[in-house]
Amino acid sequence: MTPAQARTLVSERFPAAQIEPPAEGAPVTVTVPPDQWFALARFAKDDLRCRFFSFLSAVDWKDQGLEVVARLDHLDDRVGLMMKTKLGPGVSACPSITPIFRGADWMEREAYDMFGIRFEGHPDLRRILLTDDWEGHPLLKSYAVDTPHPPYR
Amino acid sequence: MSIAAPGRVEVDYAGSERLTMNMGPQHPSAHGVFRAILTLEGETVVGVDAVIGYLHRCHEKLSETLTYAQYPSIASKTDYVAAMTSEFAYVRAAEQIGKIEVPKRAQYLRVITSELQRVASHLLWLGTWCLDLGGALGGGATIFLYCIRERELILDLFESLVGARLLYGFYQVGGVRYDLPPGWAKTCRETVDLIDSRITEYERMLEDNPFFMARVQGVGYISRELAEDVGIAGPLLRGSGVNFDLRRADPYSSYDDFQFAVPVETAGDCFARYRVRMVEFRESLKIVRQALDGLPEGPISSRPGLKSVAQTRIPKGEAYARVEGARGEVGCYLIADGSAKPYRMKWRGASFSNLAVLPHIIPGHKVADVVAIMGSVDPVFGEVDR
Repeated sequence: MTPAQARTLVSERFPAAQIEPPAEGAPVTVTVPPDQWFALARFAKDDLRCRFFSFLSAVDWKDQGLEVVARLDHLDDRVGLMMKTKLGPGVSACPSITPIFRGADWMEREAYDMFGIRFEGHPDLRRILLTDDWEGHPLLKSYAVDTPHPPYR
Repeated sequence: MSIAAPGRVEVDYAGSERLTMNMGPQHPSAHGVFRAILTLEGETVVGVDAVIGYLHRCHEKLSETLTYAQYPSIASKTDYVAAMTSEFAYVRAAEQIGKIEVPKRAQYLRVITSELQRVASHLLWLGTWCLDLGGALGGGATIFLYCIRERELILDLFESLVGARLLYGFYQVGGVRYDLPPGWAKTCRETVDLIDSRITEYERMLEDNPFFMARVQGVGYISRELAEDVGIAGPLLRGSGVNFDLRRADPYSSYDDFQFAVPVETAGDCFARYRVRMVEFRESLKIVRQALDGLPEGPISSRPGLKSVAQTRIPKGEAYARVEGARGEVGCYLIADGSAKPYRMKWRGASFSNLAVLPHIIPGHKVADVVAIMGSVDPVFGEVDR
């Protein structure tokens, strides 16, 4: 499978998906609405055979809301797939892809910890890097770097 | 497909009581601060809950407050055992967005330092892992001290090049910070030859030892399917039969100029991961020799000297840059907004993904095997917690 073939397959299966034009060194980048997030992950694993789960994270676009990003790779054909979904302003719920990729378990916990995204369907969604009594989600743009956290500061 | 955690593992047990054992966070075999809450049935582990975050400094938030010139030296604090490669991932991401060329000489210097770093990191791994296995190696401290002795030589090389032994700040956007001092290449060649000759010595010490073999063979099996699903990388992935090395699959920084082999083992156990790393020692040394032979003349940076830290500006855009670190794919997902600081930076620590495999492979093993498995994963907690 080549990146061009991957783009065609995705656009056939997900007509609503936004696929970024090819650029040198860039992976196949696909943005889908949150309700197709799970289906895209399933399609990527089973049909595109992008089975290597690289990472999952999020970006806070301030007024435009949160965006969840995940990267998969096809290790034999060396095709990278960057999946994105915009949750929309004020929304912090996203379907979990843990049932598809076991690697998403810790990554989604981290995104929950840092951004407060509730991954629906995650079997064990709790903080991973910060302590359970931590207040707030540090990677949100609204969280100031010098936010005091008693008793430390 | 189930997630292994206490209370969730289905086991058949006949009347024996379950015991919860706390391993860490200050356990000598944890190689840092890692807490594993083990659920035991007799000596057999049936569930693992991994607790991480003790070293969390929120590098991702920190990077949003530091300029492209400042952050690389902080990046080395993620994986402090292989600091060169962490810096590398960050500057590569910035260079990719800004389409910044890196002079050939700087590319070669990056290759030399990252390969020496891989050797230094693997030496520390081998020494500490054998120290963990302890009793099986007649105390285990012998090989540890041998490895530290060799690693010291590499740290000396780095010290004479950068001025620092562990955390360097050697890479910068557009090139590297320092050129080789006089006589460095000669010392480097001598060191490389010396280490090369000693690798064989370690192999004989370990592989001729039946206790070592008994403790690592068939222990901690990771299937190819699990490896890809969790996203483990580097020697772990190659130990599970996947021929994937970023230096070959996605060559960067002139890696396609060099001849080297990518070791792959199919057994998927601790011994397979050990074998992969032992071959990688020699391959890395081979790359260093080739890079020293072919080192081109020329500038070491494509950018003029900095007058202020805010001078390096990267245009709007995003990139995911990855390098093959000692522990696998070290990735930096960077979003730039045109200012002197990133809008968002996501650090894909190889150790984080590698460690996430532990709850899947440990159940079913004895407590003593947990130590062997954890060592074979080679986690660095600065990178896990970031």
